[in-house]
Amino acid sequence: NKYKQEVRLVLLLSPLNTTNQILSVSSTTPTSKNWYLLYASGDFVKVHSVNTEETLGLLCGHADLVTGIQLNPHNHMQVYSSSLDGTIKLWDFMDGIPIKYYCWFQTDFFLWSDTFQLVSVKLTKGAGQDLEGKELSVVLDGVGASSKQIAFGREDSYVVSVKDVDLQVYFFKRKLLNRFSLSTAKTKGGDNRFSCVVCHPTEDCIATGHADGKIRLWRNFHHKKGYTYSSLHWHHDTVMDLAYSLEGTRLLSGGVESVLVQWHNESSCQKDFLPRLGSPIECISMSSDGVLCCTLHTDNRISIINSNLRFSRSIQGLIKSRDVKTGLVVDPRTKALVLNGEPGHLQFYSLQSDQQLFSLDIVQRQYIHQAGLKQSDLVKVAFSARGTWLATVEESEEVADPELQLKLWFYTEETQSFALNTRINTPHDNHITDMCFRDMDELGDDSLILVTTGRDCVFKVWVMVGDSDPEGNVSWSCDFVGSYHNYQATNCCFSEDGSLLAVSFEETVTVWDSLTWDLKCTFCHPPGNIRNICFGRQTCSKYLIGATDYGFLCCWNLLTCALEWNAHLNVVVLQPDPLSEHIAAVSWLSKESSLFVFKPSEPWPVYIQRNLCKEKILLAAFVPRDEPETISSEKYLWLRKSQLFFLTDTQELMTLSTKSLEERLTPSSKQLAVEESLPVTPFSVLLGKHRRQQAQEDTDLGKPVVHNKQEQASPAVKELLHTPAHVLPSASFLCTIFINSLLISKENKSAEEVADEVEMESEKAEDDSDEEDVTAMEQEDTSHIELLGEITCKLSKSQEKELRKIRKMDYSWISAF
Amino acid sequence: MGEFEVHRVRFFGLVPAGVRCLACHPRGSRLALARTDGAVEVYNFAANYFQEKVIPGHEARSVESLCWAAGDRLFGAGLGGDITEYDLSGLSAARGLDGGGGPIWSMVANSSGTQLAIGCEDGSVKIFQVVPGGIQFERNLDRRKGRVLCLSWHPSDTHIVAGSIDFFRVIDVASGQTVQRIMVNHHVEKAKHECVVWAIALLSSGTVVSADSFGRVQFWDWEQGTLAESHTVSTSAVLSLAVSQKEDSMIVGTSTGATYHLQLLPVRLGGLEKRWVRTKPFQFHSHDVRAVAHSPTALISGGLDAQLVIRPLMEKVQKKNYEAVLRKFTFPHRRLVSCARKARLLLFQFSQYLELWRLGSTEETGKDGEVLPLCRMPEHLVQLKSKGPEHIYCSCVSPCGTWLGYSTASRFQLYRVRCDEDGVSLRKVPKVPKLLPPAYQLQFSADSQILFVASARGSVHVFQLLEPGGCKHLHTLRPPSGCSEAVYLLAPSADGHWLAAVSGDWAIHIYNLKCFKVGLGVTPQPQGTRDGGLSMHCPPGSHHCIPGAGLGWLWCGNGGQRQSWRFWFGMGVWESCQPGPGGSHQCMSPPAASLRGAQL
Repeated sequence: NKYKQEVRLVLLLSPLNTTNQILSVSSTTPTSKNWYLLYASGDFVKVHSVNTEETLGLLCGHADLVTGIQLNPHNHMQVYSSSLDGTIKLWDFMDGIPIKYYCWFQTDFFLWSDTFQLVSVKLTKGAGQDLEGKELSVVLDGVGASSKQIAFGREDSYVVSVKDVDLQVYFFKRKLLNRFSLSTAKTKGGDNRFSCVVCHPTEDCIATGHADGKIRLWRNFHHKKGYTYSSLHWHHDTVMDLAYSLEGTRLLSGGVESVLVQWHNESSCQKDFLPRLGSPIECISMSSDGVLCCTLHTDNRISIINSNLRFSRSIQGLIKSRDVKTGLVVDPRTKALVLNGEPGHLQFYSLQSDQQLFSLDIVQRQYIHQAGLKQSDLVKVAFSARGTWLATVEESEEVADPELQLKLWFYTEETQSFALNTRINTPHDNHITDMCFRDMDELGDDSLILVTTGRDCVFKVWVMVGDSDPEGNVSWSCDFVGSYHNYQATNCCFSEDGSLLAVSFEETVTVWDSLTWDLKCTFCHPPGNIRNICFGRQTCSKYLIGATDYGFLCCWNLLTCALEWNAHLNVVVLQPDPLSEHIAAVSWLSKESSLFVFKPSEPWPVYIQRNLCKEKILLAAFVPRDEPETISSEKYLWLRKSQLFFLTDTQELMTLSTKSLEERLTPSSKQLAVEESLPVTPFSVLLGKHRRQQAQEDTDLGKPVVHNKQEQASPAVKELLHTPAHVLPSASFLCTIFINSLLISKENKSAEEVADEVEMESEKAEDDSDEEDVTAMEQEDTSHIELLGEITCKLSKSQEKELRKIRKMDYSWISAF
Repeated sequence: MGEFEVHRVRFFGLVPAGVRCLACHPRGSRLALARTDGAVEVYNFAANYFQEKVIPGHEARSVESLCWAAGDRLFGAGLGGDITEYDLSGLSAARGLDGGGGPIWSMVANSSGTQLAIGCEDGSVKIFQVVPGGIQFERNLDRRKGRVLCLSWHPSDTHIVAGSIDFFRVIDVASGQTVQRIMVNHHVEKAKHECVVWAIALLSSGTVVSADSFGRVQFWDWEQGTLAESHTVSTSAVLSLAVSQKEDSMIVGTSTGATYHLQLLPVRLGGLEKRWVRTKPFQFHSHDVRAVAHSPTALISGGLDAQLVIRPLMEKVQKKNYEAVLRKFTFPHRRLVSCARKARLLLFQFSQYLELWRLGSTEETGKDGEVLPLCRMPEHLVQLKSKGPEHIYCSCVSPCGTWLGYSTASRFQLYRVRCDEDGVSLRKVPKVPKLLPPAYQLQFSADSQILFVASARGSVHVFQLLEPGGCKHLHTLRPPSGCSEAVYLLAPSADGHWLAAVSGDWAIHIYNLKCFKVGLGVTPQPQGTRDGGLSMHCPPGSHHCIPGAGLGWLWCGNGGQRQSWRFWFGMGVWESCQPGPGGSHQCMSPPAASLRGAQL
């Protein structure tokens, strides 16, 4: 197998770090402009092309959260990144190749360490890749934890740090530290605490954002007394970030209002707004040529904004919602992950393309960003087996009166989206705890039923009823209400064939016949309430698995109605694989999550991964693979048909994978470039390859390997097409390379030429209709022989003729005997 | 401590007049302020910004502009079309001269204070020469259509810039010709409205700073006629502007009540390039800030809400002392209320009338801080209107409540008050001896037998009040050495033997009323503090006065001995002003009798 058979936990997506992690870079060329956007996401730095809207690459190599990224001031195609793992890396971000590793940083490179000192590191110009920053010197003490609270002034002559109500300016040349304090008193709703700082690019002016929404512009700060500041005030809440335009004539600010404010000439009267950006702005970054700016939002989105303050486009990852109440659900049609998105919306997130497919507005009410306001949100979602029906439950945040709504959506092929079919107000008198469809592909819509369980101690069965109107519309209504000893119903689940429904009522699991709605049997494993239940699949369909919040995992046999086995395990997530009999259980013990995969028929797990990750895994989902993966190892066979995804409490999406993330996400064009070990520019790539190719031809002298030749051909053409026109060498030079790449060497012809011959012969055969079957047969023969290649010795023409003669002879007389 | 009855007087509906213009003395020691009712006040910076002099207003006299010229002479000009010089020692408007160009909107003095330029309604700019004893018309400069709202001299006196509606122009003083005319509302969408240039300044660099009704502060190069910078400081009109003498800082006032500080700051630290930057906004006023001034250490603004705000520039203040305090003057520093203790009457002085009230009373007693219910509500007894356009200088009611007097610039009136069941009757006392008005302060003796009238040149007239309604001039007290300033404050001692009088040169004279001779004369030189109040205590020979500005002075006179004490209210420390035997200041406790007096 071409991959090492090692299953690793791969972090797929994590919320963008909220500490200043966007950098827009532009590569300016006379003819075209390519903007690259770099942002830190978890342990990686992602490189995104603004023009083509694709992720160009991933800078991975840090072992912990990336805390900051900074362009190399001397080479704008290189970027430094710092991480909690204590290293600084210099990357050539176009290629995703780390150039140098530093244990700490470089000349004029500053970083704030754990104790939040700003230290300066002299970067040694060593030859090797791994270098150790030796000369560390502390510049400022007591700096803020966020990089938004540090800024370098014009021409790096000073550094500014803000923390609480203190502003510190350190002048490097004069070694002068000025410290200014604002009053801590919160008078008239004012709050002077600093939130961010940014320096004017050409003038000595410091802009600071404050917790009460003020922006202060400090000048003359080299005088301890003569300093002065003016203030701009529009935001009503904390200014989250500030950014100056290239010349410093414009200042951008953003905050919780989701409005980007542009201040002209430091005047409070001239300002422009870009409202309705969707969610609070965390961070603002300006491209180095000043043409674009981008804002990072709290919902894990980056908006790219033109210089004339027009919204251009957005890069949407997995929307980070406040609370994923719906769980991870897989849309059966698109295989997309479905979960809470924007408030009141359901997001469909495609794992294959790493982008949001669409967002479905479920609540259909304006969401008001205001603390303490009780608003409706989506809490439960379920798909029918083929994805044609979608059931959603929304409830307001009020504890006493949840204001429940159950909505059923039908997928219409015409509009390619879900349309609301039935809305049921107050389906239960209290919170709905679980909901499931009866999954039966083969039986069609008639078998479709929906079961909801509620804290009002009942479960309800909803069925589709045809309306009397001629159009044959259907709607949903309640068919059966079941309860058990007035216990709160907590979970429900159908068996694979749909004949049985298991509903858990606090400590007890009840099994119901789905045709007659009779209570068949009950199971319980006191003490402790049932947290999760599921039926076994396929060969294990006679088992019912339940996890209690008392730390037990139980497996009951439905035929004997007895406990088959149990295990002491604090199961948080119990997720059956829909395509196999495996069930994944994630436990949370002593601050680490562990994964257990087992078959219900066997009490010992198939696979154990202890210490899967430090974060608490809240949700998991099996996503069916498009095609089964070839996995040789016995241990990982359970991963063959579907892939397991996890969502942690920090809303990081993770999966278990045999491939690394680089391989998964690097586009194919990118992989081509990486083949050529260290290309700096496309031009040198082209030149270098040309030389290498020539040298190879010289040495091999007409003995080129067929395979090589063909594979080389397409990259040359691709590079020709991908390289910008202005860096291409002259056409005469390119011509030879191009022609060479198109040339097919003589040795290569075997198969194709043979095919040609066959065709010619077949034409001939059609002409000679009198020869009929025999020719056809003969032709098959020849083609068989020839296709086998040079191994079979060819018969001479004379021998062939003799053979034909023999064949054409009439052997019928033999039958007489 | 004795028992006190505290009355909450909420029926004195004094509405102070708004501040119309401010003028800082070129040497920075005094500030002249004109109010919308025509009153002119002078504040002394050295004496903790004390309101030193008040010239009450006049109905016909509006002051649009004030300026100091020729040393300490103060000139005012207004919409009446007159230029008035103020007699600061006699506290009166002295001479008036018609400007000859209709209402005068602005007046500025040149840097040496020898010439005054006025901007008139008819669009003319006229130059007046300041001569001893008055002013003289010198010449007319180029006249253009449109009222001249603001003027500014170049520091070298070669040019005058005149702001008008929609444009300003630069006039060469020597030739009198307009050398540049710049439209300020060019390239403005709102150009259909007129753009009023409310304030203007011509800097030594040749930059013209204009403040207009579109809320802009603009910097122009007048020679090129180009706009250098434009700061839209407000969405409402900018009404006033003042530049510091060093021309590195300015303050503008807007019609929303906000004032803004603009500073000339280096663009890069240590660099030579400088730019005007709007720095701090202040919102001290509720609405229109019609006047601003820039002293070397403070930003001063006066609004139509009658407040005068002095905001010190912290970076210019050397140490944290009295100068580093933000000051707001809302209330007048003068005595506008007099009280008839025995008759429980209060006399309120308004600009053109007096009100006499009877205090409410209660029969209950209570603990400290308790609010007692009134059994008799305060009663408005009478309103006495002064005749004529002049405003009232001073007024007083006698302790017994039967005499009432007031004075305007030209008249002194004494009334006999009779309160009975039917109501209140006022009867003018006939044949009041002719005096040289105005009276600056009226004071009845404790037994209501004698009226003291503070007058010009340091003199105090003593009248004897006669029953049923008459008065007789007894004596005129004069300081032995003579005095040019008027007497502002009077305080008789309770036993009727002594009278203390303070004149404008801060000299305190204590007269013995038995022999009408000067008993004591002191001049509190050390601090130069002007007294805010004065009272005397009865033990013969011990006197004290308590001024209002945070510093108390106490003099004990006993025969030939003289001791003076100074009391710092903020610190609660008495200190002797006389050097002790070793030349050092001694801290000792003052006589107990004096302390008792201080408690009154």
